Amino acid sequence: MSALTFLIVAVIKIAVTLGVLLTVVAYTVWLERKVVGHMQNRWGPSRVGPFGLLQPLADGIKFLLKEDLTPPYVEKNIYLLAPGLALIMALTSIALVPIGPVIHLFGISTPVQITGVVGPSGQPSDINVGILIVLGITSLGVYGIALAGWSSNSKYSLLGSLRASAQMVSYEVSLGLSLVGVLLMSSTLSLSGIVHAQLGTWFGFIPQWYLFKGQFVAFFIYMMAAFAETNRIPFDLPEAETELVAGYHTEYSAMKFAMFFMAEYANMVTVACIASVMFLGGWSGPPLPSFVPAAVQAFMPLVWFSSKIFFFLFLYIWIRGTLPRFRYDQLMAFGWKFLFPLALANVIITAFFVAMRA
Amino acid sequence: MHLFLFLLFAAFCAGGAVNLLIQRKTINSALSLIVVMGSLALIYLLLGAEFVAVVQVIIYAGAIMVLFIFVIMLLNAGDEKQSKGSNVAKIFGIPGLFAGGIIGVWVLLQHSPQDHPIPIGALYGPADKVGMMLFTKYLLAFEVTSILVLIAIMGAVVLARRSHTS
Repeated sequence: MSALTFLIVAVIKIAVTLGVLLTVVAYTVWLERKVVGHMQNRWGPSRVGPFGLLQPLADGIKFLLKEDLTPPYVEKNIYLLAPGLALIMALTSIALVPIGPVIHLFGISTPVQITGVVGPSGQPSDINVGILIVLGITSLGVYGIALAGWSSNSKYSLLGSLRASAQMVSYEVSLGLSLVGVLLMSSTLSLSGIVHAQLGTWFGFIPQWYLFKGQFVAFFIYMMAAFAETNRIPFDLPEAETELVAGYHTEYSAMKFAMFFMAEYANMVTVACIASVMFLGGWSGPPLPSFVPAAVQAFMPLVWFSSKIFFFLFLYIWIRGTLPRFRYDQLMAFGWKFLFPLALANVIITAFFVAMRA
Repeated sequence: MHLFLFLLFAAFCAGGAVNLLIQRKTINSALSLIVVMGSLALIYLLLGAEFVAVVQVIIYAGAIMVLFIFVIMLLNAGDEKQSKGSNVAKIFGIPGLFAGGIIGVWVLLQHSPQDHPIPIGALYGPADKVGMMLFTKYLLAFEVTSILVLIAIMGAVVLARRSHTS
């Protein structure tokens, strides 16, 4: 592959992935309003388009046309920097996620993954510390929230962002440790390598995902920590509207507010992607019977991957409609006194079994 | 290309460090320090040590600097006051800076391997190699560091408990 083809393929992949991600973000908001509406015995958005399907578009236009207010008492440079930082960090990590296997189009083969390439032997490869880069970008995402709250110069924003940064730093530890079990079993840090380690089935239909290979405790810890990382109910203390108005983004309006909103939903998608790659085999799935035509078979990886993402996004909304919010001391105690020791125990037990088998 | 990137990130790194010193607002200094950490990570990446680069981002930019920002947010410190400056600093400052820099470069040149300097991208540093080195060649240093970290953790616990009892 020449340098020019490489560049064109990379730009196309980035454009398509970004477009799909932003559409998914917009329609997750729609889905959330719709599902929570039905759970609370009301309709949710229903006026704009059939089933309210054009509501995200209307919201987007509204965000663009509203007055973009900058309060006079804010720390201006940092106030303007913060939403961009939050959104950039949220959108970057999708580049590491393997969305599908190698595809062959117009005589070019490339994996459906922005940072993935096909090596000289035809084997797909990607960055060999991929999962660590995702964790690094996630840990940088705290800055958007911390700086937004501080620069707003308002007590609600400051309290919200203090809560958010303390919570995200605390739960990051459990989040990282819960992935160590999977990394020990796969003995690679590359995300596409982890997906390839989960190909194959037992008895021809049970896929060999790490969730079924004994990492279900890790999966539970990961999901809990991920809810806290993305500031979702039951861990949405940073924007607890009953006590803090809107938390760290109280002073933001119009598109700058929308950037925080998009960052939160993009983070949800990324966390769901990592969960499905690490525990549910990414784009792999149980094999279909052989009478299914090859054209359908070729699309199955994308179907598997998007249905896993849909499952996680629905789980987020489901839990939002079900559970009340934690108290702040309960949140910290849960993270440090329950999840953290459990994650450590999981690492030790997994390491023991991996060492026994080696 | 590599040389251009190296110069770019080295300039970012040095510029961030200078900005860290001349900024009056603590939060701007902290942000410059993040820029320094980030560009250092990118220089590690250029050298080929990708694991060290990512760990640099996770530990320094992602954890330690977040705590810095956290403390700045909690204390809400005002702008620094600039002093009039002492005459000693004015007279000896700039010559001293040059002299110190020259001595530093001279010492570094004395101790660097003259015959084969490490070219850009030559370090091969995936995670398994780094782990193997830590648990074989540098095992003693690794274990001693872990005991040090353990003592620090215990110290933190003791300090946090004291406020409760009194």
